[in-house]
Amino acid sequence: MCLAVPHVIIDLAQDGSAMAKAGAIVREIRTDLIDDPSVGDTVLVHAGFAIEKVSPEDSEELTAMWDKIRELAGEEIDEFR
Amino acid sequence: MSSDRAKLLSSALRRLADRPTTIMEVCGTHTVSIFRQGLRSLFPENLKLISGPGCPVCVTSQGEIDGAIELATRKNVVMATYGDMMRVPGSNGTLGELRGSGSDVRVVLSAMETLRMAEEMPHKEIVFLAVGFETTAPATAALLIEARKKNLDNLSALCLHKRVPPALRALSETDGNRVDGFLLPGHVAVILGHEPFKFIPERYGIACTIAGFEADEIMLALVDLLEQIGKNRPSLTSRYDKAVRPEGNVKAVDLMNRVFNTSTSTWRGIGPIDESGMSIKEEYSLWDGSRKFDVAVRNMPEPKGCRCGEILSGTITPKECPLFGTGCTPITPVGPCMVSSEGTCSAWYRYGRKGDLKWES
Repeated sequence: MCLAVPHVIIDLAQDGSAMAKAGAIVREIRTDLIDDPSVGDTVLVHAGFAIEKVSPEDSEELTAMWDKIRELAGEEIDEFR
Repeated sequence: MSSDRAKLLSSALRRLADRPTTIMEVCGTHTVSIFRQGLRSLFPENLKLISGPGCPVCVTSQGEIDGAIELATRKNVVMATYGDMMRVPGSNGTLGELRGSGSDVRVVLSAMETLRMAEEMPHKEIVFLAVGFETTAPATAALLIEARKKNLDNLSALCLHKRVPPALRALSETDGNRVDGFLLPGHVAVILGHEPFKFIPERYGIACTIAGFEADEIMLALVDLLEQIGKNRPSLTSRYDKAVRPEGNVKAVDLMNRVFNTSTSTWRGIGPIDESGMSIKEEYSLWDGSRKFDVAVRNMPEPKGCRCGEILSGTITPKECPLFGTGCTPITPVGPCMVSSEGTCSAWYRYGRKGDLKWES
């Protein structure tokens, strides 16, 4: 019930509605809950409403996290090699 | 997730879980994700995940469901609902059964569909069954604002929305609470941001991490939680920054605040929780189905033998319910945790036989 699926906005209307695409599925969504929707935006869609734009992940932070995990797992990972 | 990453994460978790640790995944979508992606097979023995009250269908009280079902039987009413609610048993049947016996109950994918229904059926009373947490409530708020703007007097919402942070407060204050960390619901946090959850580590010393829904995102969040717990430094962190801004979705929160007051709400299995409900404000009272139709919500007992309440508060697991898998299955559900696709019992039933769970007591 709280699942939200990323869609790409492909067309915008004046009344707050938009057409958005997820894979091969195109559906009408509402953009009332986000600021400045634009064609090409990736948005999370929940119950027919875009609830947030999705930004590219902070790769630097993620890389640091994975480095830390490698460090944590270090000795044990050697077992798999 | 690649097998290399899975091994890395599994090893890291094993290192970090140096003592028995209980983490509650609050969100029903997390529950399903963890099962479906087989993540439990990567958890060390010391790490126990329990499911929380994060499925809106499951926590809707018996009395609320009975009230909705009673309203749907009234003459001239068209009840519009998200599909999840169709099979939830009230004291006398379900909305789905009502539809089979002639009541006009319709499934919608978006609250806004009811706007068109109201315009196309001016002689009918369209009632939107508004369930869900803060993820879903802004859509209801947008609907009512639009209905008021268009002066549609044959549309209303039966507002059963609930707020997540007060429920976490109630769980944290429960005697014998054994939760060391909360895996926080990513999409509720998309709306609320960080602030409404900060009281949990500050006041109760329970670690908190906002998590996304991919396998990597969930596992990274668990690493975060175990680190906090291991260092005895509970705090609020986020592993879902691609979607969650610290301030949340200000526009969505503003819409909710324009339309809803905070009220006490009864959660199945937990009982009444202060400030955990949303009631429609006076200026939108014409679109408040509860007032318009004087819907009575009574305190109703759980179905006989059903232990959904204890499951929702993480007190027991589904296998400890005598009805699980025998009297209560997805085909013949007794309690809501088996009905909803995100219910804990439904997830255990559907995915628990795949080798990543111990079924024996």
